[in-house]
Amino acid sequence: MTAQEIHDTIQGKFPDVIIEFNDSVLQPYIKCTPNQFNEVCQFLRDEEELNFDALMNCSGVDYGEELGVVYHLYSMTHRHKIVLKVNVTRENAEIPTVADIWRTADWHEREIFDLYGINFINHPDMRRILLPDDWEGYPLRKDYVQPQFYNGIEIAHPDMKGNSDEEK
Amino acid sequence: MGWFDTHNENNIFFGKLEEVFNWGRAGSPWPIGFGLACCAIEMMATGASHYDLDRFGTFFRPSPRQSDVMIVAGTVTLKMAPLLRRLYEQMPEPKYVISMGSCANCGGPYWRYGYHVLKGVDQIVPVDVYVPGCPPRPEALIDGLIQLKEKIKSGKAGK
Repeated sequence: MTAQEIHDTIQGKFPDVIIEFNDSVLQPYIKCTPNQFNEVCQFLRDEEELNFDALMNCSGVDYGEELGVVYHLYSMTHRHKIVLKVNVTRENAEIPTVADIWRTADWHEREIFDLYGINFINHPDMRRILLPDDWEGYPLRKDYVQPQFYNGIEIAHPDMKGNSDEEK
Repeated sequence: MGWFDTHNENNIFFGKLEEVFNWGRAGSPWPIGFGLACCAIEMMATGASHYDLDRFGTFFRPSPRQSDVMIVAGTVTLKMAPLLRRLYEQMPEPKYVISMGSCANCGGPYWRYGYHVLKGVDQIVPVDVYVPGCPPRPEALIDGLIQLKEKIKSGKAGK
């Protein structure tokens, strides 16, 4: 199936979720609303002619104003792929999980939560995966300010003070 | 001049007890291998048959209780730093630390923008020998161990 056909199939089933569609780029993408996102993904996996059985990658993005998650889907049977994008605001960074549809998403979503602070609703185990449990803030957000200390350990070396690009 | 040089023809040695101890300690420092990143691969290569640390009397120990030296090989993340300090405190005295590689020396490539990396293991444990490199070759680590032995013999190592 081409990206256009995939788009049309989703559009036919869920008329309200697609915000934007672009197939003039190398990897055609569909931008969706967070509402009904779990249902859309369930449809993408289970519908006979779509059958996206593999979530190749799932990554978080900080666009500056908004946060987002990008899903790369692939169908092993039909050998077609599509990219899904979901954007959320910083104040209300919540997206329905897809970990119940693709088990791959479990740890990917935990990592996105760890580094971007996007909360995945109904995720089976929503806690930090890489950073310590008592870490404050989400380091890959663009407005992240590095703390001075972590558990009494100085993060910035004494020689670095006044040398960072941010302070120039 | 060490105690060893003060002997005379009658095979009598004069020196401080501490110097005799240091001579013995320098003989076979047993490290606890603290492999944290790619430096650990070089450390393993140093211990394996080609470079063969055994010929220096150095055997890796799996427990800090049996170790004299801690070779910090790799990136120390802030998550790992308290555990590293705890393992160091579990080692019996006298204890020595070799910092292996740029990450353990000063943070290495994570020096400025690494939000999660300790900027040098010397911020939490006293380091006796720094081995530069990214990662250091086995020869460099062996040289670091020999430097440590010299330092132990001279009584300047260990805090």
